[in-house]
Amino acid sequence: MVWKTLARHFISHPAPPCKANDAAVAALRQRLAAAGHKKLGRSLAIRHVAAGSCNGCELELRATQNLVYDLTQYGLSFTPSPRHADILLITGVAGGNMLTAVRQAREAMPEPVLVIAVGDCAVDGGVFKGSPAITGGADSILQVDLVVAGCPPAPAQIIEGLLALLEVNDTAPRPVRVPR
Amino acid sequence: MKLLSSEDWQAYPGKFIALWTDAHYAYALYQPAELVATLLVNGAYPALSHKGAGWFQRLAHDSNGHTAIGATDTRPAIEHFRSSDGTASWPEFSSPSGEGIHQVAVGPIHAAIIEPGHFRFSLRGEEVLKLEARLGYSHKGTLALIRGKSPRLAARFAARVSGDATVAHGIAFAHAAEAALGVTPPERAVYLRAIMAELERLANHGSDIGAIAGDAGFSFLDARFAWHRETLCEAAKAAFGHRLMMDMVIPGGVAGDILLGGMAAILAALLALESELPGLTRVFEDYASLQDRLVGTGIVPPQLAQAYAAGGFTGRASGQNHDARVSPGYAPYEHFGLEVPVEQDGDVAARIRIRLAEIIESIRFIRDMLTNLPDTAIVIAPPSGSGSGVGVAESFRGPVWHWLRIESGTIADVFIADASTLQWPLVEFAATTAILADFPLINKSINASYSGVDL
Ligand code: SF4
Repeated sequence: MVWKTLARHFISHPAPPCKANDAAVAALRQRLAAAGHKKLGRSLAIRHVAAGSCNGCELELRATQNLVYDLTQYGLSFTPSPRHADILLITGVAGGNMLTAVRQAREAMPEPVLVIAVGDCAVDGGVFKGSPAITGGADSILQVDLVVAGCPPAPAQIIEGLLALLEVNDTAPRPVRVPR
Repeated sequence: MKLLSSEDWQAYPGKFIALWTDAHYAYALYQPAELVATLLVNGAYPALSHKGAGWFQRLAHDSNGHTAIGATDTRPAIEHFRSSDGTASWPEFSSPSGEGIHQVAVGPIHAAIIEPGHFRFSLRGEEVLKLEARLGYSHKGTLALIRGKSPRLAARFAARVSGDATVAHGIAFAHAAEAALGVTPPERAVYLRAIMAELERLANHGSDIGAIAGDAGFSFLDARFAWHRETLCEAAKAAFGHRLMMDMVIPGGVAGDILLGGMAAILAALLALESELPGLTRVFEDYASLQDRLVGTGIVPPQLAQAYAAGGFTGRASGQNHDARVSPGYAPYEHFGLEVPVEQDGDVAARIRIRLAEIIESIRFIRDMLTNLPDTAIVIAPPSGSGSGVGVAESFRGPVWHWLRIESGTIADVFIADASTLQWPLVEFAATTAILADFPLINKSINASYSGVDL
């Protein structure tokens, strides 16, 4: 039963291809070159930290792992431990009550680290901008390398942003993959 | 609103929903939608003995500095007492006394892609003796941002109280504003709201059931239900322009009509879910190793659910038959005869069974509503009047309540009670009926919102 259903659905639903956002790639390349950022390996692990979101961004972040988007096909995966992570991905407004936790997560990561802010809240506080309870965006706590705007950004947009990191980070040309 | 003496306030019978304060009064809300108040005396009011009142009284102290006289639990709710450099010291977490008892700390950052919160377990071996949840990490100052704005502007914040229930919060907020200003939204808007609310319920019920199975090591169900959530979100986008349908519900109606092709997309997503659901349900019921993890795990006894007047599938899996769509009820559900499934076991498996039954009901609703969509306007401009009102909507996790006081078109005060507020204490209890390794399943099976209570 399981296999029959699985097979039927794998055959009937091709995934929309995702590609990196060119503008994001160019901006990021410039920034990292200026900072003399060291290249990371090819398969990047992401530690996500929710720093005062409404949980909408987490829903869409989780959706990047579903059968349609299948984040792992790009060599990207989420890891529970900051010690194993290359990318720190922040969602939410950088609420005052999360400052310490975010800093500790960043410190626990081995260098070099790329920081990405996902969702309008993490970009600059979003609709909550100006609230005294928040510091207003991930870059109020950490240096942010890339932002993915949207409230919440759709899974395809999140992947586009992450692919920009991969593209800039790549040393050798990457084999062209046709997504499943 | 009924103004009560402090004796009557304390003795008021009924099923408690929420408590909050403003500059002059302490308010308490009882089922089905009865609002009572008592005057604050020197910033204080008599504490209520209802189980569910505890969190609200702590919150009123944290946010307004008002004291509940005689309250037994005076721990802060969302206040972390940060010093100027942003750091805060840990509160004291008490453990039951006995030999070999130790604490395990989890969070605020969790292993999965979820919201932040701190859990402190007291364990003997693997057995959980006590769980204390420390929340407030997602505090964004939502209520303060709503004050001083027009209902239309403030709807953006209501839509972000808890993103997974954005439609339900939007509806409850609109209901409150419409009650305060004495407006009735056009019929078509009411139907479109309900269609969005049921789509939201389907997306969440499905993906949560899958995620629970995934946590139990059964990734097949996880993958399939996540795929269905994806098709539902894409259908929502095709029909309403946004995958979560955020900012679609506004006071006075809805922000846009259903888009061309949206109806077909929704019907296709419903058909896909409906045709696979029996198979997925069979997998859930038939696999002994899965049932072994879910049956008898994380029990919320009916007496406890009743004491907290817990709503949503968590309440309904523990013998409570409350559903805000029926009582107090709101349009358009009276036309569609809602079946409220109820179970008594109160474990993770019962909560899943309730949600599976609700999926079938929601599919039926959406189809019926799409066929009977009235042909009216979709929005009317709310007048710039004064008044106060209570609004409710049944989110996928239970009733969400909004209260507004509007003065000359501007919101003077507001309170929002997410269903999670009455569910977190149940999570704390349910954890103690199992071992530590079962906690992720239990937590996910109730899926209380962090943002919804941190505000
Ligand atoms: S960006 Fe939007 S969806 Fe994401 S956490 Fe903020 S309010 Fe929620």
